[in-house]
Amino acid sequence: MTALTAARARVRLDTRWLQDNGVYVALVAILLIDLALNPSFVSPGSLRTQLIQVVPVLIVALGMALVIGTEGIDLSVGSVMALATALLPLYLGYGVVGGVAVALGIGIAVGALNGWLVAVIGVQPIVATLALLVGGRGLANVIGGSQKDIHNTTLNHFGGGELFNIPYIVVLAAVLAALVAFLVRRTTFGRQLVAVGGNRVASQLAGLPVRRVLITVYILSGLLAAVAGVVATARLQASAPDQLGRNIELAAITAVVVGGTPLTGGRVRILGTVAGAFLMQLIQSTLISENLKDSVTQMVQAAIIIVAVYVQRSRQS
Amino acid sequence: MSSASGVPARTGQADPMTIESESGPGLGQSRREVVASTLQRRGSLVVLALTVFGASLYFDSFFTRGNLTNIALQNSFLAVVALGMTFVILTGGIDLSVGSVYALGGVVAAWGAGHNTLVAIVAPLLVCGAIGLLNGLLIERAGLPPFIVTLTTLLAARGLLLSLTQEGAKTYIIPTGSSFATIGQGTVGTLGYPIFIALALYGVGTVLLQRTAFGQTVLAIGSNEDAARLMGLPVPRTKILVYVMSSLLAAWGGMMAAAQASSGVTIVGVGLELSAISAVVIGGTLLTGGVGTTGGTLAGVLLLGVIQNIINQIGGLDSSYQAVVNGAFLVVVVVVQTFLSRRQRL
Amino acid sequence: MTGPDTAGPALEVIDIIKQFGGIRALDEVSFGLNPGDVHALVGENGAGKSTLIKVMTGVYQPDAGEVRLNGSPAQFPRPVDAQNAGISTIYQEVNLIALQSVARNIYLGREPRNRIGLIDFARMNRDASALLAEYGIRLDVRRPLRSLGLGLQQMVALARAVSVEARVVIMDEPTSSLEPREVETLFSVIELLHRRGVAIVYVSHKLDELFRICNRVTVMRDGKVVHTGDMAGLTRLELVSHMLGRAISDVRRDGRTEFGDSHARADDPVLSVSGLERRHVLHDVGFDVRPGEVVGLGGLLGAGRSETAKAVVGAFPLDEGQVTVHGSQLRRHTVAGALRAGVVLLSEDRKVEGIVPTLSVRDNIALAALPALSRRGLVSRRRQDDLVETYMKRLRIKASSPDQKVTELSGGNQQKVLLARWLSTRPKVLLLDEPTRGIDVGAKAEVQGLIEELAADGLGVVLISSELEELIEGSDRIVVLRDGVVVGELRGSEVSEQDLVEMLAAGGDATARSPGSDGATDDNQSQNGDGAIQTGRGPSPALETKETSR
Repeated sequence: MTALTAARARVRLDTRWLQDNGVYVALVAILLIDLALNPSFVSPGSLRTQLIQVVPVLIVALGMALVIGTEGIDLSVGSVMALATALLPLYLGYGVVGGVAVALGIGIAVGALNGWLVAVIGVQPIVATLALLVGGRGLANVIGGSQKDIHNTTLNHFGGGELFNIPYIVVLAAVLAALVAFLVRRTTFGRQLVAVGGNRVASQLAGLPVRRVLITVYILSGLLAAVAGVVATARLQASAPDQLGRNIELAAITAVVVGGTPLTGGRVRILGTVAGAFLMQLIQSTLISENLKDSVTQMVQAAIIIVAVYVQRSRQS
Repeated sequence: MSSASGVPARTGQADPMTIESESGPGLGQSRREVVASTLQRRGSLVVLALTVFGASLYFDSFFTRGNLTNIALQNSFLAVVALGMTFVILTGGIDLSVGSVYALGGVVAAWGAGHNTLVAIVAPLLVCGAIGLLNGLLIERAGLPPFIVTLTTLLAARGLLLSLTQEGAKTYIIPTGSSFATIGQGTVGTLGYPIFIALALYGVGTVLLQRTAFGQTVLAIGSNEDAARLMGLPVPRTKILVYVMSSLLAAWGGMMAAAQASSGVTIVGVGLELSAISAVVIGGTLLTGGVGTTGGTLAGVLLLGVIQNIINQIGGLDSSYQAVVNGAFLVVVVVVQTFLSRRQRL
Repeated sequence: MTGPDTAGPALEVIDIIKQFGGIRALDEVSFGLNPGDVHALVGENGAGKSTLIKVMTGVYQPDAGEVRLNGSPAQFPRPVDAQNAGISTIYQEVNLIALQSVARNIYLGREPRNRIGLIDFARMNRDASALLAEYGIRLDVRRPLRSLGLGLQQMVALARAVSVEARVVIMDEPTSSLEPREVETLFSVIELLHRRGVAIVYVSHKLDELFRICNRVTVMRDGKVVHTGDMAGLTRLELVSHMLGRAISDVRRDGRTEFGDSHARADDPVLSVSGLERRHVLHDVGFDVRPGEVVGLGGLLGAGRSETAKAVVGAFPLDEGQVTVHGSQLRRHTVAGALRAGVVLLSEDRKVEGIVPTLSVRDNIALAALPALSRRGLVSRRRQDDLVETYMKRLRIKASSPDQKVTELSGGNQQKVLLARWLSTRPKVLLLDEPTRGIDVGAKAEVQGLIEELAADGLGVVLISSELEELIEGSDRIVVLRDGVVVGELRGSEVSEQDLVEMLAAGGDATARSPGSDGATDDNQSQNGDGAIQTGRGPSPALETKETSR
């Protein structure tokens, strides 16, 4: 019986190890596979492209990780990106700073509305953010209309330029990831956030400002999504409110969950989320580089997401 | 042991054991309660009537036979999808895959119509029914959250769709004269078949929800799943069935649309799940499940359709306004619902 | 009160064993139920009542032993199987579909059909009306269930349970949320069922109710049956003695716990609580705590001890009441406010209300002290480490490191982590709700020693414990609650088990009433939850007339 218990304990330990570190193992594995199949794929230049492409998803995923940490979800992120890209060119007349400020402002506003619905009114997170997923995209189209090019040197320089051979936007993503990791680990807010997600009743009884924490989390998610919108716009050198950020909520949720943050909240793993975003990006481009069709790529991704969610789910017991 | 006699001494009323529910101070509260629940159930119908009335006053071309027929036909596809969504939401779940399944159903039907009408009808229902079954099993058996399961099947169904159409390059055309096309193109007088089919499905759906054990179980699950299990109701089976139904109805909506358009178009159905959810919620179904009607959903679909029509009539506005209105409606309805249900619970 | 049919037990369990982990929740329990019996099942928390009920209703499978139904062995793999076999359960929380109509709730899963197989609502509503009328309830059965008061909901649950041809009905605390008048109706229904030969298991901690309606009683303690017999002839004192495991002649005061002498100082009270009022739960509860004093809150299950403690720290809604700390009254009734004033509660349910399972020992300890450990929103790692280290050492918390996950610790160490959480906020008053429940003997002695130490340091302590020994030896004074009312106080040398048991068991017609019973004032200020039911509460005719005329 003790042997059985021990064996069961080992299995449980292995599952947990997999939940925590599976993403890094998978990341190494996919790189090795690429190395074997197509060595040129793992060249610095190619990896650089991968990094650039993953930036928007990664930035959105950072905010999503915080929301999921509180046992919530934010489906409105794609629409926030669309709103940001729609507003940005309209206010570039006031300078880049003005345009970016307005774009980020809309992210904060949408986040505040989400947070109000969730924390004050008591609407489930899925439902609250779904409403803004529907309405936000429409509003972005109404404001921004069809795709248009942006000719603003500062913005375009930011989108295409480099610092010591590293693209600005990658630097920005790295800085944001570091900031969010710091926020989670070292600030009062970060500690309160995971506590609220882990046990809301206990947090309330410990005198934590549960409402304020929730509202702030949704505001941060909206803000980060808006940043992602600005970054994507700068990189495209165009504003495309109709297409920008479509399905990005799924990509972001996947990155977060694959990275070891359970959908049931109470934990936030930022490094895991970064790895998760990068892993999904590599899987996608590997599939494409192996000449697999878009259709197959999508189905494989769907399967990976389900498996990842299933593995993380068993953490609860 | 006198105290064990169980007959307490009573004074006061003639028959104090009798509890009357409609008396005394209760009336005030129960009237408020009735108002709240009526508002919940009939709100969409009232708003629909007011909108139609207003639109008729402002736009001469609105309340014409042609325009109304057009609205009915254009929305019969969404109506069918929203019917399935109603059942899913009533169990407290959600199905985000219906947009992809709608497109897939249309494409498979158009491919099948190249063989014969039977294949055109059976093949898409089989394929899409399997997707619904997958949704149901992953949600009920593996215990995964409905939104994430159906979000991934949204992705997977799109992928399947693309692989069937050479990455979207090939469009299957329904042969002229195929009897399958009649489903979408046939008319009775000026009214297209899809209108009648949608109405018939709503009739069946209403009976299913209101008058069968299956429907009662659906409502019970959404209201209190644990209690439903303890009461011995077939919860797992019902939950799986609901997702299968949703996929089948979404596929059928797509098949009618394909039949009407004479081809299976791959790019349709993007965002359709959001319209369907909006219609269901605007129709008074609680997103947490347990309360709602098929009739409300139909009113919700028509309301969205009328608003779309008005936006078109105004001119100079593109269809994006529709999404804005949907989103705003959703926020308002959800907030109102939360308040109403809080009031009823007190 | 004997059943009309005495042919043999309707339901019987023999030598049932049920283990969870290493702990025997049921240890060779045998229990028999005759047709027409109204059989009381009593015991304190953790005695094994609910486990026994779950075995009888197919929620749990016994590890050993036999369940016999009408004399022949039976197995219930699922709750449905028990229901189909004629065993129905009424849960404490009404477990019905609140959003649907009364009639649908009664017939869910077995609706009457018409000729073409559809549900015949007209007949269903007629049947439901008739069924409820049998119990003296007349209401519109098309109304949604949740529009009814809890009492009527309970009655609907009962009607459903009985209408499935139940031979055995198990009621788990059915009156816990009922108004006195609704309780009367419930009792009439029980009487009716009793006459029809339905066997009833009645679980309740309200002694008055047991003595009124039950003819048999089984007392459980620590997973064993300690007494079973007729209700007639049993005194309240005897019953309570059985429940608490204290023979009346055998009252000891021998210091088996770690508690020592009083440290109470003659200072002004650090905490004074007065006039706590919550409809149906608390009525005019008040007490004082001096620095260094341990005040026990005594009472049986459901007396309002935990509610009182929660109310003091702002975690339980009050209609009225004052909490004063060091002479200044707490203005806002919030947890954060109480925390700032230095009043904290170690709550009863460690899992639900205490630990944050996803976090480490360190984070769990530092949770409530976060504001004090932070400057400009940043947590000082050094100060956090200092604090965590201090308390881990002081409370001798056994963890491999502060970074170990809290869920990996033993129950006793988890409890110490929570104690550390509260002590690290430097409180003036510490309320402890069952601080030693569910932890092993060694840890228990340690926690008791700690309480002692803390009081010696000048902390005001409020101690709630269902263990008489712990309560008596740990407390300088014991404030005794019954049905939400303070019924007495035992001080210093007066405190003996004998006194306490007598005070807990006292009551009967004159004193043991629900808080609402002397509540004309209570009534006037309260919003009637469901005005549809006319609530005559209390035995006094004058009061009832007043109620009706309102």
